[in-house]
This record gives sequence, structure tokens and C-alpha cells, in this order.
Amino acid sequence: MATITAPAARKTAPPGILARPAARKLLALAVLAAILTPVAVTQWPGTAWPTALTVDVSAPLGRASDWIIDNRDSHPLFLYFFGHVSNAVVVAVRAVYLALLAVGWAGVTAIGALVAWRVAGVRLATGTAAAFLACGLLGMWVPTMQTLALMVVAVLASVAVGALLGLAAGLSDRMDRVLRPVLDTMQVLPAFAYLLPVVLVFGIGVPAAVLATVVYAAPPMARLTSLGLRGADKEVLEAVESLGTTARQRLLTARIPLARKELLLGVNQTIMMALSMAVIASVIGAGGLGDRVYQALASVDVGAALAAGIPIVLLAVVLDRVTSAAGERLGEAGTSPVTWLYALVVAAAVALAGRLAGFLDWPDGWGLNIAEPVNRAVDWMTAHLYSGVPVVGGTADWAAHFTSGVLNPLRDGLQWLPWWSVLLIVAALAWLIGTWRTALTAVLAMAAIGVLGVWKPSLDTLSQVLAAVAVTLAVGFATGVAAARSDRFERLLRPVLDVFQTMPQFVYLIPVVALFGVGRAPAVAAAVVYALPAVVRITAQGLRQVDPAAMESARSLGATGGQQLRQVQLPLARPALLLAVNQGVVLVLAVVIIGGLVGGGALGYQVVFGLAQGDLATGLVAGAAIVCLGLMLDRVTQPTERRTTRKGA
Amino acid sequence: MRPRTTSVLAGAAALALLTGCGAADMTQQASPFANARGARTVTLSVQSWVGAQANVAVAQYLLEHELGYRVDTVQVDEVPAWDALSQGRVDAILEDWGHPEQEQRYVEDKKTITAGGDLGVTGHIGWFVPTYFAKEHPDVTDWKNLDKYADLLRTAESGGKGQLLDGSPSYVTNDRALVKNLNLDYQVVFAGSEAAQITQMQQFAKEKKPFLSYWYTPQWLMEKVPMTEVKLPPYEEGCDADPEKVDCAYPVTPLQKYLNADFAKDGGQAAEFLRNFTWTTEDQNQVSLMIAEKKMRPQEAAEKWVDSHRSVWKKWLP
Repeated sequence: MATITAPAARKTAPPGILARPAARKLLALAVLAAILTPVAVTQWPGTAWPTALTVDVSAPLGRASDWIIDNRDSHPLFLYFFGHVSNAVVVAVRAVYLALLAVGWAGVTAIGALVAWRVAGVRLATGTAAAFLACGLLGMWVPTMQTLALMVVAVLASVAVGALLGLAAGLSDRMDRVLRPVLDTMQVLPAFAYLLPVVLVFGIGVPAAVLATVVYAAPPMARLTSLGLRGADKEVLEAVESLGTTARQRLLTARIPLARKELLLGVNQTIMMALSMAVIASVIGAGGLGDRVYQALASVDVGAALAAGIPIVLLAVVLDRVTSAAGERLGEAGTSPVTWLYALVVAAAVALAGRLAGFLDWPDGWGLNIAEPVNRAVDWMTAHLYSGVPVVGGTADWAAHFTSGVLNPLRDGLQWLPWWSVLLIVAALAWLIGTWRTALTAVLAMAAIGVLGVWKPSLDTLSQVLAAVAVTLAVGFATGVAAARSDRFERLLRPVLDVFQTMPQFVYLIPVVALFGVGRAPAVAAAVVYALPAVVRITAQGLRQVDPAAMESARSLGATGGQQLRQVQLPLARPALLLAVNQGVVLVLAVVIIGGLVGGGALGYQVVFGLAQGDLATGLVAGAAIVCLGLMLDRVTQPTERRTTRKGA
Repeated sequence: MRPRTTSVLAGAAALALLTGCGAADMTQQASPFANARGARTVTLSVQSWVGAQANVAVAQYLLEHELGYRVDTVQVDEVPAWDALSQGRVDAILEDWGHPEQEQRYVEDKKTITAGGDLGVTGHIGWFVPTYFAKEHPDVTDWKNLDKYADLLRTAESGGKGQLLDGSPSYVTNDRALVKNLNLDYQVVFAGSEAAQITQMQQFAKEKKPFLSYWYTPQWLMEKVPMTEVKLPPYEEGCDADPEKVDCAYPVTPLQKYLNADFAKDGGQAAEFLRNFTWTTEDQNQVSLMIAEKKMRPQEAAEKWVDSHRSVWKKWLP
């Protein structure tokens, strides 16, 4: 599980000090607004973004897309560059896939278990073996191997690219200044936005899927590598330097070994993000488990979708636990090469035995059909909970109320606001929470949306995000507080959160449709469920990290539990709460976009439309707007201290 | 220092060898999962609707059990599937609803795709209301009277107008233009995927609520929720030429198969089998219903159909 490390620093500003700079900022903004607004109003009246300020990019984009399709098999750029990239990916994925098939299911399970045993201990080794066997039992062995093959290649490439970028950023301050904002931004973008550009160049298929995954999964590796190199103990480095070592020796013998914890954390993050992307990339022909989920959803087969979803979750949990356990074990005594040798020999023996015994393909008879009972449960749910439940009303009624009572007013309100006032609000919020720089970025991102000519759908998407974030925060903070106050509750919650954080987003979509019908309400519901675990986690972690001394002194002053929470814990945990808001916003946006598949409309629909109709101009414009929206939302909610990691979204 | 340079050079050379020196045409690269372990593999494109799954399930079953192929299926949307077919990442599309622009580009100009003949099923797109609603209000089946019922068909999503439910953005649709050009008091609401649309329609049907939906035949849902088509202004050749100005019904389309050109030439028995593959609307519906409504696995449904229709598929085998 990708954990989110809340900022450790606990400095807080008493309200008195904060008030003055805030007032100064608002005053400056008011002056600026007083000068610019009259100009804007007289020049471009009306509430929507003025058409005079838009640029139509769809025609040139359409021409570019046509040109690429027509020249893909003849232009040198494709023949000598992209063609080789694409070919290398195909050859690599194929090699891994064939190797996995050649080892057979018995061999793969044994090797997985033994590797887990060596790096993470006996418990995880049994877990790994059980997970692989479960994939087979669910009838998903071949798709699992396809996903695994794709993952292996994508993760290796991501780690290599990420480590190189991180090395550059870690060693050179100038590179760091250039790369940091780019990497920061890449981390907050919804996965969906990455799909279109690669499809434009590579077409549908595995190469595009792998490359999208690499682009998506490399940034955390780069960030953490750079962080690790920069965080190395200065004294140790000085000591090494005084020994007269060269720069290269210092890097190889001191700085990289000192940063290995961060490096492993980076690998862990990269794996998690690659897995979630590999599933989403089924939309562009990645094949494997994600494709099975996608196919099952086409016939409203929640059971079959779950049968493919469970292996994804199992893979995720196993990979996460094993890599993070490997990271924790680093400090202990090094594992001796002899046991590794034993492990290797045993694995080879099992693989060979499996081969001789014919245990290559998963046996046909060994299957568990979970699809039927799951579908029966879903049918029961729709039949009994959908509407007409006495007193509380059915879920469809709730959805209708939510749409007409919350989403519609919110959307109409946002679209009613004059465009310049939206920019002003964005500026004010971003400046209050962050610096003038974040405020400027946020305003420019919002303006870019207008210039692209997708102002209205973007505000529609924004209204969904706001509604979903509000619900997420209300529920998330309440649960987080409860988890922070009760150890037992947190222990109960932990596995639930783990599973929810790794489920592919696709699987959420159909049950919410079954419960809430089609429209924006189910998209919002899916987003809430998806973002909730991260918010709960960060809140609970932040509250628990509050200085025990402060709590002790509050208790000794006779504060009640509620008073402690309100007056000590919550104010002291303010950075963590802000981080929770930021994470919530970013994760909600990612799923609201995918909600385009269940009637969420707006930008998500345009991306889906672009992919589905091969109309890349529409899709790319919407994708760019999503990028801007993500940037704006992130900057507006950006806490003072930057997080180092995040969950794969 | 020296050994490292050598190894870098060796690596580069190995990579060059591996990927082949000189030009690499990415439009000629097959799926990495194809032809694993020497098996003869066919990759079929499955579109998201169940009828297409039925075609593929039966073709896959026969290819695997009668001709000894290994079949991979990939779900791709309609238009991107043409691109994938042209690149050889899939070998065949078994059910195409008419994409003149792609046909011109890939079949006529680039010659990377060849026509594979009729599927035997005739498709038709239209606007449908549930039959229970049409019985109650017989005049709803003419588009001229639709405005009368806009109030009844209003939902939270349609913003004061009647709701015309549309499905996946990947499907062929003129509905936005139709609503505008016919001056109807309706709002097109896209469910976003066919799965979402079907779920929604079944919910309406369960409560006997009225709805108006973009739908098509053959479709298995017709058997579960009987629907009646709303008459739109009749289709005439060329009336849908300009997507912005369409004001007529959808045409009747004989569904087509398409094969990758290289596969058609070198695909041997598989290619011939796929060219021969034709069946009727009833046949397809039988399999679709088993998959979507009885929740059978596509392969089981195909097996059941194959067992009882030997005379139909015997003719397809090369």
C-alpha cells in the first residue's frame, strides 16, 4: 500500500500572526481587481468566458492527427525513432511474457514465494503464494501473466528513467529547479489525461499502454531519488570527502547507499502507480486483467469484473507489502548470498518439476466461479434498495435529490459567476493558502481553460469535484478522528483502507450505477469512495502525530476529550488536514473524470469521446483542460509543505 | 573505465540487433501476446456491445476447438479498432456498423485492410420507447408528438427538458443534431457506456416508468424489455451526409467484417473461416442472451450454441 507520509514538522502559526499577511494579500488582490475588473467588464461583458479570448485548436490538432495516421508507416521520424521505441517495447514485453509462460504456474508461484521469503519473511511468502494461486483459481492466470509482463517492463523502464532524472536533480541544483515543478505537476494529473498523447503517436496497443504507464509511474521515482541524494547526512559526506575520494566514488560509495531507503520507497511507489495505470490503459488496448474488467463492464457483469479485479488487488497488496518490507529490512544485517543461492536452486527445481509434471497452463478444472453469487447479490441490491424503500427512500431517490439539490445549483452557480470573478476567487484562495507564485499558476491554469474554449464543461466538472470533495472531507475527517482516538477502530479500518486504495477505479463504476442510476451522482459517489481512504489515513496519522506533551498538558489542565480534540489536536494537525484536503481534491478529480463513462458528462465525457471516436482533437483539448483544472485545484489547496509521495491514482 | 565503455557499446549493439537495424515500421508490429509458444494465434477485436461479443465467442470457440488455433481477444472501441486492424495488432473485426471515412482511408487508400464480407446480421439504429409506454400512449411513436411527452420524460439530468438517453460515446449517433434540427424539447443525456445505459433502462422498466432511448437492433435487451421504435423522418440517401444538418432516421446497415490485409493473405485456415462466418440475427441473439442475461461465460454460451447448430457452422470450416 502506498502510504502517504504526512509532513513531520508540526510548526503552526497562531492565528494572530497569520491574520496580518492574509489581510495584506487580500488587500493587494483587491487593488489589483479594482484596476483590472472594470476593464474586463467593459471589454468583454457576459458571464461565460468571452469568445474573443478563445483560440480554436481543434482544427490544427485534427490535421496533426490525420498527418500522423497517414505518415506513420513512411515518415523517417516514425520509422527510425518511434518505430524502434515501439518495437523495443513489444520485444521486451513478449520476452517477459514468454518467460513467464515457460516457467509455468507452479514455477512462477514458487519463484514469487521464494523471493518474497528472502526479502520479506515467511508470512509474506505464504501470502504471495496464496495470491498467485488465487489468480489461477479465479480463472485469470493468463491475463495475470499478461499484466505482469507489461508491468515488469513498465516498472523497469520507469525505475531507470526515474532514477536517471532523480540523479540529475539530486546532483545539480539547476536541474532540480527545472525538474521539480514539472514532476510536482505530473503527480497531480489524472491518469486519463496521459492516454491521449501516446495514442496519438503510437496508436492503440501495448506500446502505447507501456509508455503511458512509464510517463505516469516515473515521477515518484525521480522525486524520491533526488530527495534521497539531497537528504544524505552532511557529516558522513564530509568524512568521505576528507578521505580524498573522487566525486564518482562519493556518489557510488556514500550518497547512493545512504539514499537506498528513499530509492526503495521510490520503487514501491512506482510499482503501485504502474499497476493502477496498467489497468486504466486497457482503454487503449493494454490487454491483461484490465481488459477483462473493461470487457465485463460492457455487459454489466459485476461478478466477472470482480473476478478480474481481485487478482489486481492481490497483485497490488503483495507487491506493496514485499517491496516495503524489503525497504524496512535494509538496515538489518545483510542477507547472506548463500541463502539466496538456496532459494534460487529451490525455485529452479520447482519450475523444472512443474515443467516435467505438465504444470504449465493452469488446469481447466481448478476454477472458482465467483461471478454468479456476486451478480445475485448485486441483483438483490438493485431490486430492493433502488427506490421505494420506506422512510429513507431508495438510492435512486437520493441520487435524484443530490443531483437536483446539490449538483445542479452548484453547477448553475459556478456558470452564473462572471468569468473574471472565478479567476479572482481562485487567486484569493491560492494566495491565502500558498504564495503569490502558486496563485499566479492557478489563475493562469484557469485562464488557459477559458482560452481553450471549454470553460462551461470545465465548470461542470469543477462543480462535481467540489461536491465530491465536500462529502469526502466530511466523512473522511469524521472517520479519521474516530480512527485516531480508538486503536481498535483503526486496526479494523486498516485492511479495509488497504483494499479500497488498490481497487481499480473501473470496478467502482458499475455498482454505483446499479445503486444510483446514470448521471453525475454515481460519478461523484465513485469519487468519494475512491478518495476517502487517503483522507482518512492522513487525518488519523496527522492527529496521532500531535506532540504528546501538548496533549498531556491539555489533559492536566482538565480538558475534556472534545476540548482536547478541538483546541489542541485539530489546530496542531493543521498541516496534515490541509494535506488531506489537497489529496482528496486530486484523487476526486481523477475519478470524476473517469465518471465520464457512467454519465458524468463534461470533460471526462469528452476524453472518452475522443478516445472512442478517434477524434483526438476533442480529446486532447479536454485532456489539456483536465491538466489545467488539476493544476489549479492542486495549487489552490497546496499546503505549505510539499508531500513527498502519494497513492497511485 | 574501459570495460564500462565496452559494455555500453555491446548493449547498444545488442539493442540494435534485437530491434533490427535501420527502419522499424510500427504499423507492422503484432501484439506481444500473439503466437506464444509456437501456437497459431488469431487476435480478434471485441467491441463493447454484447452482440459483438457473441460473434467473437463463437468464432473463438470454433477456431480453438475445430481448427486448433489460439485466440486472443482485445476490447477496442470502433474507430480505434480500425487503426489497430490496419497496424495488424488485431487480425479481424467481425461486426462493423459502417465507418465510411475509415473505409476510404484504410481499405481504398492504404490497402492495409480488406473487406471480409457480410456478417449476415442487419443492424438498425433508432429511437425507442418501452412497449408498455407505447401501448398507453400510441401516438408517442411518431416524432411529431414527442414534445407532448417531454414532461413525462424529464429527469434530474435533463434540465427541464425531456430526456433522450444515449449510450456510449463510441457508437454512431446523430442524436444531438437530430434534436436540434427537429426542434424537439429534449436533452440528449449520454450514459457514457452501454453498460450504464442498459442498467438505467432496466431500472426504468422494473418500475414501468416511461423513457426514450437511442437503441439498436439486434440487441438482446429487446427480449427482456420489449421496445417500440419512434418514427423519425424517413431516411433518404445522403440526408446524413453533413453531421450538423441531419434531420432523418438512421439507415439500415448490413453489418460487415473486415480483415487485416496481411492476415487475409497469409492467415490460412483462420482467415478463410472468418471470411465464411455468417449467421442470422436470431442466432446472434441466442448467444447474446446467454451471455448478458444468463451471465454465462462467453465460451460456455458459444459451446452451447455450437452443440445445437452443427449445420450452420459446418459450412464455415475451410
